[in-house]
Amino acid sequence: MNRSKAYSGWIIAALAATTLCAAGPAAAEWALDFPASATELGGKIRGLHHTALIICVVIGVIVFGVLGYSLMKFRKSQGAQPAKFSHSTKAEVIWTVIPVLILVGLAIPSARVLIEMEDTQSADLRVVVTGYQWKWRYEYPDHGISFFSNMTEESKAAAIVGAGHELHEHYLRDVDNPMVVPAGRKVKLQLTSNDVIHAWWIPDLYVKRDAVPGTINETWFEVGEPGVYRGQCAELCGRGHGFMPIVVEALPPEEFDAWAAAQTMAGSSETALKTASVAVASGPNAQ
Amino acid sequence: MSDSTHAAEHHDGPHAKGLWRWLTTTNHKDIGTLYLVFSLVMFLVGGAMALIIRSELFQPGLQLVDPHFFNQMTTMHALVMIFGALMPAFVGLANWQIPLMVGAPDMALPRMNNWSFWILPPAFLLLIATLFMPGGAPAGGWTLYPPLILQTGEAFPFVVFSLHLLGASSILGAINIIVTITNMRAPGMGFMKMPMFVWTWLITAYLLIGAMPVLAGAITMLLTDRYFGTTFFLAAGGGDPVMFQHIFWFFGHPEVYILILPAFGIISQIIPTFSRKPLFGYTSMVVATSAIAFLSYVVWAHHMFTTGMPQAGMLFFMISTMFIAVPTGVKIFNWLATLWRGSISFETPMLFALAFVILFTIGGFSGLMLALVPADIQYHDTYFVVAHFHYVLVPGAIFSVIAAVYYWLPKWTGHRYDETLGKWHFWLSTIFVNVLFFPQHFLGLASMPRRIPDYSVQFTEFNMISSIGAFGFGLSQLLFVWVLVKCVRGGAKASAKVWDEPNGLEWTVPSPAPYHTFETPPKV
Repeated sequence: MNRSKAYSGWIIAALAATTLCAAGPAAAEWALDFPASATELGGKIRGLHHTALIICVVIGVIVFGVLGYSLMKFRKSQGAQPAKFSHSTKAEVIWTVIPVLILVGLAIPSARVLIEMEDTQSADLRVVVTGYQWKWRYEYPDHGISFFSNMTEESKAAAIVGAGHELHEHYLRDVDNPMVVPAGRKVKLQLTSNDVIHAWWIPDLYVKRDAVPGTINETWFEVGEPGVYRGQCAELCGRGHGFMPIVVEALPPEEFDAWAAAQTMAGSSETALKTASVAVASGPNAQ
Repeated sequence: MSDSTHAAEHHDGPHAKGLWRWLTTTNHKDIGTLYLVFSLVMFLVGGAMALIIRSELFQPGLQLVDPHFFNQMTTMHALVMIFGALMPAFVGLANWQIPLMVGAPDMALPRMNNWSFWILPPAFLLLIATLFMPGGAPAGGWTLYPPLILQTGEAFPFVVFSLHLLGASSILGAINIIVTITNMRAPGMGFMKMPMFVWTWLITAYLLIGAMPVLAGAITMLLTDRYFGTTFFLAAGGGDPVMFQHIFWFFGHPEVYILILPAFGIISQIIPTFSRKPLFGYTSMVVATSAIAFLSYVVWAHHMFTTGMPQAGMLFFMISTMFIAVPTGVKIFNWLATLWRGSISFETPMLFALAFVILFTIGGFSGLMLALVPADIQYHDTYFVVAHFHYVLVPGAIFSVIAAVYYWLPKWTGHRYDETLGKWHFWLSTIFVNVLFFPQHFLGLASMPRRIPDYSVQFTEFNMISSIGAFGFGLSQLLFVWVLVKCVRGGAKASAKVWDEPNGLEWTVPSPAPYHTFETPPKV
């Protein structure tokens, strides 16, 4: 009787496992891994993740294998008699030393990638990123460009409790003004915040850094191919935290230069207008 | 054994009756029961909050709750589960078991023991009441990061006060445990003869005394920043918001081990009993626990790799974190070696303990991956992290508490619990906890951030599976409540030993354990 109950347990477990596995590869959106990297450095980070994962899986197979074997082999119901031993210095030294070696082997490549990640020198372009509740501001100090980046109206309309709108493909990851950068050039970001802490993150670029008020954090990326890359704020920043998308548009360098020139023109004419109106307001007659 | 039975005959039990008994009790068993019941109630409250979260996340789009309320739920779920469900559960087990396991008549400081429990219910009433205050409950995450947490409405000082009370309760409990273990062991029980549960609790109690005051300091600084014009964490006045994170995690990381070291102790009691073989590597278990406790104080900044830190700092915290895998690995291997060539049977406590070993190890693997700074930059603040810490806390810490309850319940009540229902509870919990948390690894890798009330459409499928798992797991716990009620009310009589050949003094007293035990110290 006890036996049949134990079996029913196994059957439930097996059923659940099969459902999960069978469902796994069926649809395209069932992503199981880090996204493909759009940067060379991102590829190294992804590789590191795979190395660590494989090491864990191998250790897991061994550990769970030994466990499974023990549970099958040394059952009381099979008449197993308990041994008496309670320690073995040799075994304990082995399973202390081997993990240390594995960890050292894992720490070295990690440190290498880390050093590369932190090297923000000799960038081709600098963008100042400022977080606000709940939008981003991008400034290109060397081009005199500055603009805000908001979630699009379409996403905003859908993201209302009970709106029940059709959710489009880039729902919540769609902005009015993306950050525009040249592909194949090293872009340095300087991040800060106007209010609370935010975090700027584009998964495909493998870049994430906190935007902290009163501090300027630096990071960098170099996009390999032109394209549009999407992400969102990664640090809880209040009610609108889930609605703070980030989009980077990487253009071929010539197109970027044309874009920057057009923005600078538009920006400077706006500034010129403002200066003019200020001049009028504070002109001789203003007093 | 005859001594304690004899003593029990002369003491009838509690002096007062009804509510007054429970309010004024100084008996470690009564107080243990209070802690455990309180913990169970909080587990259900925190679980209900989790189900609100998982309901909203069942599909993309906002269907049920406002994002601000969602943030209140994520924050309160964590605070309730950590401070209301897990910590009191372990203190409750300590209260019941430590005197029984070291052969002491009670805890060393019984009145303080009463006080440390009775601080808890008002503290939680206050915390839960913040949900109904203008501006709502805290919504900045349980980590309370400024400046965001300073935007909390009128609830803010109540949250801080409530956390102060919880901290005070924990510190009092910890002092009591240390004094009891240090001074009240039965003659002949040297430190290296103490059961592992007692050892791990001794070390945990030191962690509590080291960590809780740090939290108290951090939240007091938040309070003065908000109301008294200081700017510890406000950039505008020359303060630094990241400083709070350093202080918080200097508390927060030891806190993680406060939640898991007693679990290690429980598993080290249960596996030998049902393998009918002594624990393998007792000394190395003690050393490993101490090493983990020490390391827990030097790894805090691994929670903060994206905040911007000197490269040398990142390397230091990466390496110190990776080294935690070594003593943790030693523990897992020792449990495996205990099972090896044992005579294993699969009663409910053992099933939960075995699931702990497997699922906690999976949580450990993701922990090792998270230690690698370059990869952590990508994992950080995603569902990968959510999956990681839920694996170590739910099928880790919570499974250990459940295992402990099944293991000692016959000793407490004098009845055997319903083994068939216990096994059903185990299988349902184990299956659904994996349906609930395993897909969250994939969500995190595919870049779903944590703490968002709504998500882009590509995350729909795994979120649905996870939500189904959440309801399955939550409902399975009602079965647990039923098993407990049934066992308290009656059932087959349990013998003094309860199990085949369990080791330890608690099995030398009758079941149920009399109201007063070991008034004459036993000989070890």
